[in-house]
Amino acid sequence: MAGRLSRTKIRALLIGPAAAVIGIFVVIPLMLMAWISIQGRDYSGGVIWGELSGEAYLRMIFERELDDSLAVNFNYVLIILRSVWLSFLTTVISLLVGFPTALFMATRTPKWKAILVFMVTLPFWTNLLVRNYAWILLLRDHGAINGTLSWLGIISEPLPLLHTQLAVAIGLTYSFLPFMVLPIYASLEKMDLRLVESAFDLYATRLMTLRRIIIPLAVPGIVAGCILVFVPSLGAYVTPELLGGGKTLMIGNLIGLQFGAARNWPFGAALGILLLALVMISLTFYALKLKNTGGNTQ
Amino acid sequence: MSNGTKHVGNARHWPGMLLATAFFFAYVYLPIVILIALSFNENRTVTVWTSFSFDWYKMAFQNRDIINAAGNSLLIATVASTTATVIATLAAVRMSVDNFRGKTVFSGLIALPITVPEIVPAVATLMFFASLGVTLGLGTVIIAHIAFCIPFAYLPIRARLEGMDPRLVEAATDLYASPVKAFFKVTLPLLLPGILSGMVLAFIISLDDFVTTFFLGGAGSTTLPIYIFGLVKTGVTPEVNAISSLMLLLSISLVSLSLFLGRDQSRK
Repeated sequence: MAGRLSRTKIRALLIGPAAAVIGIFVVIPLMLMAWISIQGRDYSGGVIWGELSGEAYLRMIFERELDDSLAVNFNYVLIILRSVWLSFLTTVISLLVGFPTALFMATRTPKWKAILVFMVTLPFWTNLLVRNYAWILLLRDHGAINGTLSWLGIISEPLPLLHTQLAVAIGLTYSFLPFMVLPIYASLEKMDLRLVESAFDLYATRLMTLRRIIIPLAVPGIVAGCILVFVPSLGAYVTPELLGGGKTLMIGNLIGLQFGAARNWPFGAALGILLLALVMISLTFYALKLKNTGGNTQ
Repeated sequence: MSNGTKHVGNARHWPGMLLATAFFFAYVYLPIVILIALSFNENRTVTVWTSFSFDWYKMAFQNRDIINAAGNSLLIATVASTTATVIATLAAVRMSVDNFRGKTVFSGLIALPITVPEIVPAVATLMFFASLGVTLGLGTVIIAHIAFCIPFAYLPIRARLEGMDPRLVEAATDLYASPVKAFFKVTLPLLLPGILSGMVLAFIISLDDFVTTFFLGGAGSTTLPIYIFGLVKTGVTPEVNAISSLMLLLSISLVSLSLFLGRDQSRK
């Protein structure tokens, strides 16, 4: 029977369901979000359908005064900049820790490689919320870190660690660090160690070998890793919600607020579009970078 | 590692490398270990160790809200991962043999739910359902979970298909097996470890989800992560440590199972 169905029909039957589910429940909602972001907002925070308005985007930078004039308001700009800054910081810390770890993994025996890859992958599949919660136990005023420090006599008063930008940066790094290690490892894994040894034989110093041989090989992995850490950090919701406080709000939380306490759908939608745009810019940068490095190695 | 001498030319040894690796693993695993240790702590203050006890686990298992939340989590994860796996398998099987215009667009579409930060599709779908007048609850959560589970199931299945010898299916059709028969007798049995591996991963992802469930849930769709979040927001109790530890152990065993299933195939 299937033999008599045309190619197009088989395609529609097999690929159709996946396309339909993602099309209807992801793509259409995203398009709706774009539309809502340019709609007017009624007094209860809902949408005035059909009334085109740029108010939601203006709100990112301006505030409406009582006399309807616009005044500059940097509160939201600050949250957006903070999100970018914290994500950047997370990416840099992840790279500094992740690169040597990946190099270590790549220079082990095959058996150890398999074990290490498993150990790096494992945390990704455990509950993000629970893993971030674990940091509350460490960072609290009477948590493990403060407890240990005062037991050692280093501090007498607990350090304020939780609900700070530092706590959010620690949490974000903790959440996404494996994403940095794995791609770098993947690009170094097939590296021929004889290449490095011959560099040494030719009197190259360690620094030179690292700069001229290992890092160029790792570049595709480094670029991929940076994207895989930066993008989810930028849109993080759980970590700043649990480890941050009112002064460490990120874009994700600001979006969430517009659908809860603040209730302003068009503004929430506009922020969602902004976040998507930032993600797109990062991905385009990645594609360009990859193209460039691909061209150089050939 | 074999030569312990300080040989400048050892390509396997780099200064600081071991330190960074040790830091990495301590950073990633220590909080988990501390959380699990504290879940067995008899004391109420949560962070000071007094003596070993199973009390918090007993309390957790006697808490009706926790049992209900666990039930919801399992129900959502089971329905979402099974449905997503069936849909993903169909698409992956066709994508491996078909060439058509827009194939790359379709690949991008499938990966979309994991390309964008979760909060964006979550609130977008919330507006979508609300605009249609759909009441939020178990149904809306399950639909959204199916959508983001598809890529997690699709990718491992696709990877298995890439590694499969196309001549096996050709041989079956040469021996007059219909395409449907060839699929069920040849492709599916070979693909099964990949499918199961994808399904377990989708199951874990659904079970652990917070953001989508938080925004698309309503009365009666409280899952374990939502329940834990509520408790953490109001104040840390040792019960949270117990449920959290159980969730961690469940994920760890499931992912080990999934990797084991995936690994078996790659040995061939």
